[in-house]
Amino acid sequence: MNDSVSADHPCPARRRWMSVVARAQPDRIAALLGACGEMPGHTVLRGPEGGLVMVRGRAGGGGAAFNLGEMTVTRCTVRTDNGYVGHAYVAGREAQRAELAALVDALMQDPDRSDGIERHVIVPLEKQQAARKAERAQKAAATRVQFFAMQTMRT
Amino acid sequence: MTSTLSPGFADPVTDAQSCFRAVLDAMARPGRVHTVRGVSAPMPLCEAAGAVLLTLADHETPLRLDPDAAPARAWIAFHTGAPIETDAPAMFAMALSLPDLDTLPNGTDEMPETSATVILQVASLTAGQRFVLEGPGLREPKVLTVAGLPPDFVAIWQRNHALFPRGIDLILCARNKLTALPRSVSIKEA
Repeated sequence: MNDSVSADHPCPARRRWMSVVARAQPDRIAALLGACGEMPGHTVLRGPEGGLVMVRGRAGGGGAAFNLGEMTVTRCTVRTDNGYVGHAYVAGREAQRAELAALVDALMQDPDRSDGIERHVIVPLEKQQAARKAERAQKAAATRVQFFAMQTMRT
Repeated sequence: MTSTLSPGFADPVTDAQSCFRAVLDAMARPGRVHTVRGVSAPMPLCEAAGAVLLTLADHETPLRLDPDAAPARAWIAFHTGAPIETDAPAMFAMALSLPDLDTLPNGTDEMPETSATVILQVASLTAGQRFVLEGPGLREPKVLTVAGLPPDFVAIWQRNHALFPRGIDLILCARNKLTALPRSVSIKEA
């Protein structure tokens, strides 16, 4: 997945936390949220419902866009009892993950709660995801083949 | 930013299907009154009007929204994704009082299906003025009782009916009841 954040995004901070919760395991989000104390109730406005999105790509980054294929996504929108609306789109058929991710998105918009959620939910999840990514990168790097002979030939 | 958005259909698939069936049957048998369920539409929309919008409107159907129904704008936009236009040619018009039908597209002789459908919210479909309907789908004339149509509605409808195969179709909604007046039906005062 592409982690780059384009500069013209209307709300890069929201993009960051939505992306973090959309990748987290639902039981982990629930456990971290449970440690944040009393939460307002919420109503589901839409979903969680499954659907397909067309993933598009560009050959070499410069070619014309083509349809790579469809992937399953689950989306959900919730409104907390104090009126914040949160959205989530997550990969796969995961109703519980979508609902929890939407709830976290709604709570993060509430100025009274965003600091607590950021500290107790977003940061730990982000650290965990970064660690997992680094571990995978390390494992992959260990299998890297260095073609010394060819490098020497080129120089 | 806080919001007062409310949910759409309680069970989106079956509720939309049963509402679609109700609209289809109401169009096929003009004046037959159906009951819809499963939706709590925001003010000032009634349940039936909300259900018809959720069932028929989507991102490909530009919708003209009555300025008086502006409080429901966010709900319609979120749940249907329909582009809400003020003056541009619309495929649906959500109205709280009968709009000037001449301002809506009424199709062409080659493509009569490109006309607009007006979803009109009225006060009641069980009390009020009595109309006699005749036309395709009705073996014998049918009496429809509606409260909330303009006093010159029969004359307005005669002009619309005379355009056939062009013309506007009307879906009447009151509380959780709906019925339809397709352009093919002729209407007289009872």
